[in-house]
Order: sequence, then C-alpha cells, then structure tokens
Amino acid sequence: MRQLTKGNVAVVKGALLAGCGAYYGYPITPASEIAEAAALYLPQVGGVFLQAESEVAAINMVYGAASAGVRAMTASSGPGVSLMQEGMSYLAGAELPCVVVDVVRGGPGLGNIAPEQSDYFALVKGGGHGCYRNLVLAPASAQEMADLTRLAFDLADRYRNPAVVLTDGFIGQMMEPVDLDATVAVPEAKPWAVAGTAETRKNLISSIFLEPDLLEAHVRKLEAKYLEAERLEARHEVYRGEDADTLVVGYGIVSRVLRSAVEQARKAGAAVGLFRPISLWPFPKEALVAAASRCRRVLVVELSTGQMVEDVRLALNGTVPVELLGRVGGNVPSVEEILDRLLPVGAAAR
Amino acid sequence: MLSKSDVFYDRYERKAELQHQTHYCPGCGHGIAHKLLAEAIHDLGAKDSTIFVSPVGCSVFAYYYFDVGNVQAAHGRTPAVATALKRSCPGSLVIGYQGDGDLAAIGTAEILHAANRGEAISIFFVNNAIYGMTGGQMAPTTLVGQTSTTTPWGRRPANEGYPIHVAELLATLEAPAYIERVSLHDGKNIMKARKAIRKALDIQRAGAGFTFVEILSPCPTIWKMTPVEAQRWVEEKLLPVFPLGILRDRRPAIAADGGPPRKPMAEVLGLTRDAAGAIPASGAGAAVQPVTVKVAGFGGQGVLLLGQMLAEIGLREGMEVSWLPSYGPEMRSGSAHCHVCIAGERIGSPLISNPDVLIAMNELSLRKFAPHVRAGGLILYNQDALPAGFDAAAARVVCVPASRIADDLGAARAANAVLLGALQAETATFGAEVALSVLVAAIRNPSLHELNRKAFQAGRSFAAERTAAA
Repeated sequence: MRQLTKGNVAVVKGALLAGCGAYYGYPITPASEIAEAAALYLPQVGGVFLQAESEVAAINMVYGAASAGVRAMTASSGPGVSLMQEGMSYLAGAELPCVVVDVVRGGPGLGNIAPEQSDYFALVKGGGHGCYRNLVLAPASAQEMADLTRLAFDLADRYRNPAVVLTDGFIGQMMEPVDLDATVAVPEAKPWAVAGTAETRKNLISSIFLEPDLLEAHVRKLEAKYLEAERLEARHEVYRGEDADTLVVGYGIVSRVLRSAVEQARKAGAAVGLFRPISLWPFPKEALVAAASRCRRVLVVELSTGQMVEDVRLALNGTVPVELLGRVGGNVPSVEEILDRLLPVGAAAR
Repeated sequence: MLSKSDVFYDRYERKAELQHQTHYCPGCGHGIAHKLLAEAIHDLGAKDSTIFVSPVGCSVFAYYYFDVGNVQAAHGRTPAVATALKRSCPGSLVIGYQGDGDLAAIGTAEILHAANRGEAISIFFVNNAIYGMTGGQMAPTTLVGQTSTTTPWGRRPANEGYPIHVAELLATLEAPAYIERVSLHDGKNIMKARKAIRKALDIQRAGAGFTFVEILSPCPTIWKMTPVEAQRWVEEKLLPVFPLGILRDRRPAIAADGGPPRKPMAEVLGLTRDAAGAIPASGAGAAVQPVTVKVAGFGGQGVLLLGQMLAEIGLREGMEVSWLPSYGPEMRSGSAHCHVCIAGERIGSPLISNPDVLIAMNELSLRKFAPHVRAGGLILYNQDALPAGFDAAAARVVCVPASRIADDLGAARAANAVLLGALQAETATFGAEVALSVLVAAIRNPSLHELNRKAFQAGRSFAAERTAAA
C-alpha cells in the first residue's frame, strides 16, 4: 500500500522492517523526525528508543547494542555526525555493524539547517581516525530512504562495519508515496556478539591491538573486507545514457533536479544522460567509466564546493573533461541553471 | 582468598607474555579490585551472564583476566556502552569499570546521565588521583598541591580548580539506588570494599537500579612510592578529601511502568489502514491532471497541510506525487511554503521554479512568488482583491477571501479547506469527492469535520458563482 510518507519517517519504517531493535540518538534539524518516529514506533514493537545526552553518547550506545548483536542505528546531521566520528572509528575497528543516517545540512560549523551535500568527505573518505571505510548509500526519494536503510542494515551485518545513509534536508523533509511490505527481516545469528550468555562468554569486542604486527594484520583484514565490498557493492542508476554525449552526475536531491534537466535538455535536442551513484562508497567507478566512455563532457552537480567531483575525476582519470557546478548554503541549482551550463546560449528557450 | 577465582582465566592467554601474572604494577589497587569483583561474580553464579565493559586507562586490558563476556569501550564512554548492553540483554550482569580520567574527566556526561536514568548497571570507579596509563598527568581527582607531569608546581585551584567528588555529585540525583565510597588501603577496608562490590551486584541482579562504588586505590609507580607508602598516602591524604561511606541506599529507586503498549508491526507502520480513512483509487487514471502547485502563507494558516492534502489526492488517484516543505529559519520567522507535484510519471525535481498554480495565503507570498508562476497559470489569492498597483504578470488571478469565508463559518483555520474547494472548482484537475475524503481524513479532530466540509463547499460555491458572474 502506497502511503504518503516523509523521507525521515521512511528511514525508521525501513529500519523496523530490517529488524532494527534499538535507536539511540540526539535531536538535530533536519534529522529530528527520525528520532521522533523511532521514539513512537520502536517501543510498540519491543525495540529500544533512548534519547542520549549527546551524539557522543548516542554512537557509543549504538556500539553497546551492536556488541550485544542487536541491529542498532542512530541519525543526525553534520555537527552531530562530527561528534559521532570517533565512535564510528571504534565500531569499524571492533568490526561492529550499525547504521548511521546523516541528513546533511549546511556547514561548516553551525552553518545552517538548509540542505547541503558537504559531509561527503567526512563520511565517504573518513572523518574518524585510522584506516577504515563506511559503506555509504545515497537515497534520492522517500521510497529509497526506506529501502536503502533496510539495505544498509544488511550490508552492515555482512561486512560487520558501519553503514551510512547519506542524505540531505530535502530528501529527509519531503513526502512521497512509499510502498512497504510488512515482512520483517530476520537477521542472521551473530555468534561473535557478547550477549551475557554461556555461548558468548568467551567473546571479546575490542579495537585495541598493541603489537604492531597484530594491528597490521587486523587492518589488513579490514582492508580485505573493503576490497570485497568494492567488488560487490557498487550501485548506480543511469537515465538516458545510451546515446548521451554529455553526462551529468549527481546523487540525492541533485539527481532529481538533474533528471528533470535531462528531460528538458532532450526536448531541446541535446544528448544528455544522467549518472546517479546510489552507493557513494564503494563509488561505482567502473559503471561511471562505461557510462562516460562515449561522452565528450561530464558535468558534476553537487551541493558543495566540490567533494564527489574528486571521485568522478579519479574514476575517469583524465579521459573526459569533468566540470563542476556546486552550490552551497541551502541553494539548490534549478533546472534552468543546469540547462544554462548544458546548452548553447538560447537553446533552452526554443 | 588465596586460590584464584574461576571467573579469572587460568592463563592470561590474551596477554602477549608472562601469562601467569597481570600487567598491573606491584602494589596497584586494580589487582585487588579485580579479585574482589571476580569473587563476587563467582559467588553470584553470574560468570556466564556477566558482561564486563573495560575503559581506556590501565584497566583497558581487564579482558585479559575476566573469563566473562568482554566489551572494550572508548575513553569515557563505558556508561553509554553499558547502558545499551543492559537494555539489549536485560538478564545480564553489566559491569562498568572506570578510572578517574575516564569517568570524571572525559566521561563526565556519560556517567552523570547513566546514573540519572537509573540504568540497572554497576559502575566501579577506581580513583587514584592520577593518570596512570599515560604516565602521571593530572586527574580531575588530583589533590590540591599534588604534583603531576601536568601540574609541575602542584595542583593550583586558581588554575585547575578543585578535585571532583563524583560519589557526592551522583548522590544529588534521584535515580541511583546505591552509592558508596570505599578504599583499598588496608585489610579491614578491603573487606568493606568486598562487601560494597557484592552489594552493588546484588542490587543489579535484583533489578533495583543504578549502583556505583568509588574505590580509592594506591598507585605506587606513578606516585613514586613503595606499596606500603602508597597505602599510607591513601589513608593520610586521600581519605580526608574523599570520605568513605554510603551516600545512597534506596530501593527500588524507580518504579517500573510497563512501557508503551505493544502492537503488531503492520499496525505500527500503518499498513493495515483500511476503508476508515482511505478510499480506493478511482482507477480512471485521468481523474487527476498533472499539476505543480506552490502553497505559501503564514505559519498556522494550514499551508503545509493544504499541500499535503493535494499530494494525498494525487496519490489516491494513482498518480506520482511529491510534497516538499520549506523548513527552518523561514518557518521559524512565521512564513511557510511548500511545493506539490502531481504527475503521471516518475517525478524528477520536486522543487518547482515555475508552478502551474500558486496559492498565496498572504500578500507577502503573493508578491514573492507570483512573478514565477508559469505563463497562463493560476494564482489563488486569499483576499477580496489584489493589492493596489499589483501586476499579476502572465498568470490568471482569482481572489478568494478564504480567511473571511472560514471566519464566517466559525473557524479562520479552515481557510485552507476553502481554498482547496476553490481550487477544485476553478481547475477541475481533481474531483470534489476525493478531495472531501482526503480533507476529512486529514483533520484529526472529528468535531471539526463538518466545519471543514462546509468550508470546502463554500470555496467551491464562491469559485462557481464567480465564474457564472464572469
């Protein structure tokens, strides 16, 4: 049944269907509806909701719940996510699964509460200390807020690693039809967890390896997981890319504006296609290279002064010129602004 | 007391070398505290159900020794980690073990709030007035005048303030069940500490709330003393500043309330909602025309709800829809607007630069957004007439005094229902029946349903009469 659902609420519905048993969080605009929906829904199905004293405490509560083998999550926005980065490093180091949602707002510092995509570096490239990665998914609709949150739980468990849903204030705040099947996932058993039972008594959750050789072996083990994820978990979508000579690249809310821009550009006779990364880490490099192989021009549009564009340039490695259209502060480029960059002067008016 | 508790591993195999002895220095209090804890866990028969959370500090490696479930936490976060472990495994015995830097400096917020929530965990706080693991820097509990590597002239209240009394601080809170401070400086006091540790675990086992034992403990290595001198220093220097005794012993501290009622998942997610609020899609496909609408006005005029109702109408008629609100500073300053798209296919941008329809509920919104309405589009303006000298550009303007009409009916807040009716009659992009059904479902208070129905019909009539007159 399709229900008109706010993106942030869809996150929690997706989490419940993933079998999420615990939410620990701290309010922040524009992510607070996630905590509010979790507070409303989770206790009714036997789960735990707790408003923590800070984002620092929240992510460490997630660490505790994940240690016990419970599917656990939190959500925040830029400033709160910065505070969580230490904990996320610990979760990755201790090989604990969890889901962290970042409904990105304007930064740096207190910035503002309008949408940006400026936490890309912080979550895709790192942010916490040490050699680790987050698995990062970027929904572009309320439906995907539910579906990708659910997928994030699966990926987190599969790789025993934090998985991030990286979205923005628009996707979090907008309402769209969401179609859900009430079947709740039954997560696989976690024999490594520490659950206060005889079977799990010998288990240890820790990220400390004092001996250099032991720590190197541990970091190599993590690296092997990340290499496997790079091989198996890259996700993307292409729209009208088959005959495109110009490729626009964007994720989240930007990909929606780009889709409209592609339609307009096609009406004006320009062969423009859209490449939308769905996973930001692993970045869908090979698919992007294939999509751009016949293009003479690539335009990256993002709500930052240029973060994802670095991954696009790394992937394409100089084979195609890559331009950037970046807006910040809560400003989203309009379809017209994008067409101005794509079409010859006056072509859009035809 | 001489044999090793079976809660300790026989050999400390997680340790790289010297697997028959601990990594603690001779005369250190951790060894004694560990032993007392291991015996208490054994006597409770809780070896299998115990989860031990070790901190950052000298006791970071507690998991070398305790043959129980072990979780190592980030610096200061043990109470947060323990909170979630206990809530995940309510039948377990969750032990947090922290030093003075971990608990009383970087982890101040976590211990205070775990105690304040009355988490059914036990925290053992080893206070030796110094940072041991990192080599002797000042702790929050370092005494006035005490030298450390970061207080080379001694702790000066003028620069570093005074030692923190954590047990006393926590005893100001309502929730904790048991708080005691003990010391390890001689045999008699070690036996008192033994009793306190057992009592804390007993209370946790009984589910009676948060328990906290502060343990004054010698650190001969960093204090640069012999073990005997260090014991004496605890007695002569620490005890006068940190007096021993029970600060809280009250159970049950918090009455259980049973929590919110349980419901099936489908019900919680609203997936069982039937005819009560929903009507089946008409299936006609063309019952709703694709349209983009911007609704704008003051907060409190039902701007966002009107937009949501339009999206819901489209959804019920099987269309693709999106609703995007303005939020943040704009809303907080009293203005609100939202974008609604109703389309026959997947919606690209939910942001509308040039809407087909603008519903302007105040003059500010009219002036701000009217110039962007698509040529040939429609503007519904919530007044009897346009402001003097206002040029509506290329769009058609219909003035609907919705607030006045709603006010006449008895509730100015129903202005959005009047405008919904006017839009229906003016454009026929959607049916009156579905709109009325969505309107009624959107109004939570049943006593307002009739009023809103009337408001909707009044809006329709106003638009119809206006058309007939034209």
